[in-house]
Amino acid sequence: MSEPLLELKNVTIRFGGLTAISGFDLHIGDRELIGLIGPNGAGKTTAFNLITGVYQPTEGAIHFAGRTTLGQRPYQIAKRGIARTFQNIRLFGSMNVFDNVRTAVQVHRSHGIRDALVRMGGFRRGEADVEKQVMELLEIFSLHKQRDEMAKSLPYGDQRRLEIVRALATKPKLLLLDEPAAGMNPTEKVELMKLIRFVQEKFGLAVLLVEHDMKVVMGICERIAVLDYGLKIGEGTPAEIQKNPKVIAAYLGQEAEHA
Amino acid sequence: MMHIGAKRSLLTAILIAVVVSLFSAHFNRYYRDVAIDVAINIILAVSLNLILGHTGQFSLGHAGFMAVGGYIAAKITLVFGVTAVAWAQPLIFLGALLVGGIVAALAGLAVGVPSLRLRGDYLAIVTLGFGEIIRVIFQTSETFGAATGLVAIPKWTTLGWGFGIAAITVYVVGCLVNSTYGRGFIAVHDDEIAAGAMGINPVRYKVTAFVIGAFFAGVAGGLYAHQKTTLSPGGFDFMKSIDIVVMVILGGMGNTAGVIAAAVILTVVQEPLRALGPLRMVVFALIIIVLMMLRPQGLFSFGKKKGASA
Repeated sequence: MSEPLLELKNVTIRFGGLTAISGFDLHIGDRELIGLIGPNGAGKTTAFNLITGVYQPTEGAIHFAGRTTLGQRPYQIAKRGIARTFQNIRLFGSMNVFDNVRTAVQVHRSHGIRDALVRMGGFRRGEADVEKQVMELLEIFSLHKQRDEMAKSLPYGDQRRLEIVRALATKPKLLLLDEPAAGMNPTEKVELMKLIRFVQEKFGLAVLLVEHDMKVVMGICERIAVLDYGLKIGEGTPAEIQKNPKVIAAYLGQEAEHA
Repeated sequence: MMHIGAKRSLLTAILIAVVVSLFSAHFNRYYRDVAIDVAINIILAVSLNLILGHTGQFSLGHAGFMAVGGYIAAKITLVFGVTAVAWAQPLIFLGALLVGGIVAALAGLAVGVPSLRLRGDYLAIVTLGFGEIIRVIFQTSETFGAATGLVAIPKWTTLGWGFGIAAITVYVVGCLVNSTYGRGFIAVHDDEIAAGAMGINPVRYKVTAFVIGAFFAGVAGGLYAHQKTTLSPGGFDFMKSIDIVVMVILGGMGNTAGVIAAAVILTVVQEPLRALGPLRMVVFALIIIVLMMLRPQGLFSFGKKKGASA
C-alpha cells in the first residue's frame, strides 16, 4: 500500500488534567472502510474532532493526503476533503432539504459576493449547475421528492441520510460517520449498512465509522480500531477483534453481559 | 427565477422613487418627512437583518455605524458641498454618502474582527460598547461639534434618495442571501460547527455581514443627517440601536419583507403617539410587548415558504 490517506501518529490530547486520548496511532488508506469502537467516553468523538480540526492535539502529528492538518481550521480541512456527520444530527434547521445540500456544494465553487450581486450569465449558469449537482445527489439517495421540505421536519432516518448527502456534497476523499446507527431500529440498521457500503463504492471514498452497534461495525468494516479510556487497546479485522482478550474485557464483555 | 424577480423589483422600486420624488414638492412637508424616516429605517432594518437575522450575530451597535456614516457625510457636505455650484451638489451628496458608508464599513470591520470569538450575549455587549464609544468620540471631538453636534447641514435628502437607496439595500441584501454563496450566512446562523465542517469559513461570513451591514447603516446615517439638518451625539444612543433590533425581531429574523413592513409600521406608529408627550415611550413599549406576545416568531413570519430560497 502506498502512503495512507490519513495518518495519526502518537496523537495525544489533554483537557486540563484529563488525558482524553493518549498516543493514538491510526492509518486509513484510500477506499478503506475502518471502524472505530469503544465504550462510552473512550474518546471516539474526540478523535473525530481532532481529525476535523475542531480540537488541536497536545502532542503528535496528523497527516491527510501527505500534508499535516495541524493548525488548520475545520473549514480548511473540509475543503481538503474530509467530511463528517455528527452524533447528534446537525442539519441547518432553517433551510429546506435542497438548501442544506446546496450550502455544502458551494465549497468548491469560486462564486462570491460579486457574482451574487451582478448576476450575469456566468452566475446563472453557475447556479443552474449547482442545482443540477444537488438534485443528482438527492436522487441517488431518493430524497429528491422532499427537496422543499424543511430539513428538521424529515423523519429521523431521512435526517441521518440527508446529513450523509450533505457531507458527500463537499466531494470528500474521507468520510467520517459519527454513530450513524444511533436511535435506529434493526431494519433501519440493515439499510444503513447497505447505504454505507454503497456510498463507499459509488463515491470511491475512505470511511471512518464510529459506532456503538457491534453488528453494524463487524458487518461492514475491513479493519477495526478499539479505544478504551483514550488508549488504543486493539486493532485488526473483525475476527481478530472478536478474539482480542483486552477488547473482550473492555467492551465486548460488557456487551455480552447485557445480551 | 428569483434573481430576475429581484432585478425587476429593484427597477420598479427605483422607478417609483423617481416618480414620487418628482411630485414630492406637492406633498405636505410633514408627511414627506415621515416618509423619508420610513425609507431610512428600512435601510437600517434591512442592513441589520443581514447581520442579526440572516447571520445570527447579535449586534447592538447599529446606531454606532449610522453615527459614523452620518457625521462623516455631513462633514464632507459642510466642507465641500455648501459652497459648491448647484449642479455639483448631488454629486457631492452621493460622494458624501458613499464615503460615510465606507468609513462605517471600516468600523464594521474593526468591530467584526475582534468580536468573532464571541457569540450571543457577549457579542451583544461588545457591540453595545462599540456604539457608546462612537457616540462619546463624536461628543468630545471639536471637529464634529462636540456635544452641540453639527448644524446647518443642507436638507438634501429627498424621497427619491431615500427610497432609491432603500431599494438598493433590499436588492443587495436579497441577492446576497438568495444565492448559493449566500446560503453560507444562514448556515453560520443555523449551526456554526456544521457550517465549518462543510467547508464554510464562519469568520469570513460574519465579517462580511458586519461590513456590508455597517456600510448601509452608514449610508442611512448620511441620509438622516441631510434630512434632520442637525446632528447631535444623543440621536445615536443605545435606544436607537434597540429600535432597529426591534424592527428586525418584530418583522421576523431573516424575513426581508417582514422586516420592511415592521420598519414602516414602527416608524409610522410613533407619529400619532407624539401627542401623548412623555407617555409616548410607555405606549410604544406596550405595543411592542403585546405584538411580541401575540406573534413571537415575528409579525410577518407565516412559517417558511416552501422553496422560498430557490
